Amino acid sequence: MINKVVNTIDEAISGVESDMTFMVGGFGLSGIPENAIEALSKMDVFGLTCISNNAGVDDFGLGLLLKRKQIKKMISSYVGENAEFERQMLSGELEVDLIPQGSLAERCRAGGAGIPAFFTPAGFGTEVAEGKEVREYNGKPHILELALTADFAFVKAWKGDTAGNLIYKGTARNFNPLMAMAGKITVAEVEELVPVGELDPNQIHTPGIFVQRIFQGAKYEKRIEQRTVRTKE
Amino acid sequence: MALDKNQIAQRIAQELQHNTYVNLGIGIPTLVANYIPKGIDIEFQSENGVLGMGPFPFEGEEDPDMINAGKQTITTMPGAAIFDSATSFAMIRGQHVQLTVLGAMEVSENGDIANWKIPGKMVKGMGGAMDLVASADNIIVAMMHTNRSGESKILKQCTLPITGVNCIKKVVTNLAVLEVTKDGLKLLERAPGVSVEEIKNATEADLIIRGEIHEMRI
Repeated sequence: MINKVVNTIDEAISGVESDMTFMVGGFGLSGIPENAIEALSKMDVFGLTCISNNAGVDDFGLGLLLKRKQIKKMISSYVGENAEFERQMLSGELEVDLIPQGSLAERCRAGGAGIPAFFTPAGFGTEVAEGKEVREYNGKPHILELALTADFAFVKAWKGDTAGNLIYKGTARNFNPLMAMAGKITVAEVEELVPVGELDPNQIHTPGIFVQRIFQGAKYEKRIEQRTVRTKE
Repeated sequence: MALDKNQIAQRIAQELQHNTYVNLGIGIPTLVANYIPKGIDIEFQSENGVLGMGPFPFEGEEDPDMINAGKQTITTMPGAAIFDSATSFAMIRGQHVQLTVLGAMEVSENGDIANWKIPGKMVKGMGGAMDLVASADNIIVAMMHTNRSGESKILKQCTLPITGVNCIKKVVTNLAVLEVTKDGLKLLERAPGVSVEEIKNATEADLIIRGEIHEMRI
């Protein structure tokens, strides 16, 4: 088995430079690579293009990079929870490409799967379709969307083994498996790193071939954005 | 009496078909799950990657790894499934999800919907709404009939950037149930105690009104 383990967070993010394109997994704050984001927020890298469904909150997740103005451009589908983000976007400091969530997911998947572009009905007739080729299939207009890849993809899984095989937990899976496929260098952080042979091959979500580096995160805060509960009757 | 948000949800719940997969948007649509009629089996899909979504967890049982697309903590029902975002939108784009209920800032009489952006003011993004409205067979909009200044949100043409073209099938508001037809917006039902005249006055779009308009049953 090819050993993908890196022993320090510095090793995990080595090679990261200004002006690079990153993918960052997660939906809201669920399943975000907390340790990698925190380490990146302490580096002097700027001018980053960040592909991530959301932009974190002001003091957690990608909000940490936004606060230091490390991000030049965000490619996301929903950015509603971050006041600093909205301020930078409305003032023009931050370039933002908002794209439909399903198109974002499929563009990452396509990037990792060697499919350069695809047609989708999502966004036809809207701002999203501006400048994009339109073709009719089955009597319905579709727009051409291009695949996305990145210099680095930072993903987070529940368990992983030293060969880079990953298993996610719950809805923390979201964009992580797709982005893992689309990174030139995919850095996976896991809550529990185990030796090869411990994970059931039938249960692997991301095969290790897509992962270049893996490490066990030092700690996970796993913040909840909208705590909703019901009371016992 | 105009309906409150819960009553709008209650009225939409009457549209649920047995043994179907349904995606509920954020806001009033989420409340629909509280009013599923007896004998109707529904599986709720949330586009962040869960099918078979259950109620909110009991206090102390919240799991940060188990949320819905509104980032709320949730539980799953027996038989639920978890998947990645691309698979989730394969369900949506591939028309396996049969009904979408979502909120709107504006709808137009030809079935356009605007719910993702107010230029220069609110720029939160479309999330999954554009994928949902572009593909779902049946789309019901849950919304208040007018905005806070009393202006109609049901228009001849949307003024805000649209989310989808000619896609919505029904609109349920605090005042009325409307259907999008080839000929325009048809008034189907009125809220209890609300007159047809009041609905007309609150609606900028033209309404098709044929015969007697019955009150909704809540």
